[in-house]
Amino acid sequence: MDIAIRFSDLTLGYDRHPAVHHLDGEVESGALLAICGPNGAGKSTLLKGIAGTLAPLAGTIALPRVKPSDIAYLPQAADIDKGFPIKVFDVVAMGLWKRCGLFGGISRNETAKIREAIAAVGLDGFETRPIGTLSGGQLQRMLFARLLMQNAALILLDEPFTAIDSKTVADLLALVARWHEERRTVLVVSHDLDLVREYFPQTLLLAREAIARGKTDAVLTPENLLKARSMIEAFDRDAHSCARAA
Amino acid sequence: MLHDFLIAPFTEFAFMRRALAGSIALAIAGPPLGVFLILRRLALTGDAVGHAILPGAALGYLASGLSLGPMTIGGLVAGLIVAVGSGVVARTTILREDASLAAFYLISLALGVTIVSLRGSNIDLLHVLFGSVLALDDATLILLAAIASVTLAALAALYRPLVLETVDAGFLASVSRSGGVVQIAFLALVVLNLVGGFQALGTLLAVGMMMLPAASAMLITDDMTLMLAAAAAQGMLAGYAGLVISFHAGLPSGPLIILVAGIHYLLALIFGPAGGLLRRLKPGRHLEA
Repeated sequence: MDIAIRFSDLTLGYDRHPAVHHLDGEVESGALLAICGPNGAGKSTLLKGIAGTLAPLAGTIALPRVKPSDIAYLPQAADIDKGFPIKVFDVVAMGLWKRCGLFGGISRNETAKIREAIAAVGLDGFETRPIGTLSGGQLQRMLFARLLMQNAALILLDEPFTAIDSKTVADLLALVARWHEERRTVLVVSHDLDLVREYFPQTLLLAREAIARGKTDAVLTPENLLKARSMIEAFDRDAHSCARAA
Repeated sequence: MLHDFLIAPFTEFAFMRRALAGSIALAIAGPPLGVFLILRRLALTGDAVGHAILPGAALGYLASGLSLGPMTIGGLVAGLIVAVGSGVVARTTILREDASLAAFYLISLALGVTIVSLRGSNIDLLHVLFGSVLALDDATLILLAAIASVTLAALAALYRPLVLETVDAGFLASVSRSGGVVQIAFLALVVLNLVGGFQALGTLLAVGMMMLPAASAMLITDDMTLMLAAAAAQGMLAGYAGLVISFHAGLPSGPLIILVAGIHYLLALIFGPAGGLLRRLKPGRHLEA
């Protein structure tokens, strides 16, 4: 089986405090993996590390088959300036950055694809709406359309379904399922365990360290969840430097 | 009659033609930068950097009197130090960017006024603070034109990443490493234009030429492209109208240019179709969907 991501003794964190601690393991190509864990477990931090926006404190993240430009990353509550006078179409078109860069034009074919992506997320007719007029769910749909345009081999979604109504969640999950069918590797951070049990074949249960991984049903057991909760200690200002061998 | 009033000043007097050319050069490049400054919530950065230019220009002035080269270079260096320095302070200490900018530019301004007063008179200080759009020599005109050209070309090259960086910096960071470069290049363009404006309008008014047309353009349209065009157009109109009025009324031209831009702004504030007061108070009947 192809390996998409390999963590080797990975420690990620902020200001020398680890948020993900000595993580080892692999993610197969084409996996649809949920990342679960209590607040402060390092889920978002792990995605930032994979996306390359946060450098590891120690250890490595190897992406043997994926170029950095082949990663699409949707951060938690994407930090979008809704006051900016930009239209839905243009935001979705940003997904073409990898191909267009600074000066590349958008072909007629690509214009059609952008419209298709907007229709695919159920925003047909919203092309010329300024993003400031969108609701929370519509904004998330628009960002999924941009993900569609990115055509990435590795897709990282951080809490994409929070504060969104069930109809929108269902529509967006259908897109996730489509990516999975297309053999893309998809990692989704979520703390909605029911949703994870229903839609995600594999789960990584994280509490700074990996508590369990594998088939979702085997991972999300009451014992594992309890263990995960007890693993999260309080932030310790006076923590000593970690002596665990690499 | 109308010809005498609107056109004759420029056909009869070379210094008016030069002033007009200089104002147009300033208005083409500055206001579009102002639009980005406002959209990036950096409106006061322009103000702060505009004042921060003073000590650099004053040092140049101290070294070689009222001459273009040393004052321009001094202004550029001082502006870049404050713009980049306050950015670094904001990232490395608990002070936010606005606080560090305020600190930097206040020091800068005090230093600048002190340096100017070391040598020279109040007239010189007035020249530095309020500029001399009616006394543009060839070198200054060429400088203004060069700055306008460089700015337009750079803005065209930076347009996509700059918009992206403003709307969704996280996304740009995830697809490209250009975010930091874009940010610094943009600030450098702002400093460059303020130094140019400083030659014609002085430190206090250079910022006005950048921000006022930009602010009114945002009240006129919510389309990004039109906004940039409207800002530049208003800057040029203010330059022209300010010169005409100052010529006939015998008033200083720099402040009048900014006053005309200020009148545009007040009009846009009331009548602007994209968020002006009238639109707010009387939005019309609500739509079907």
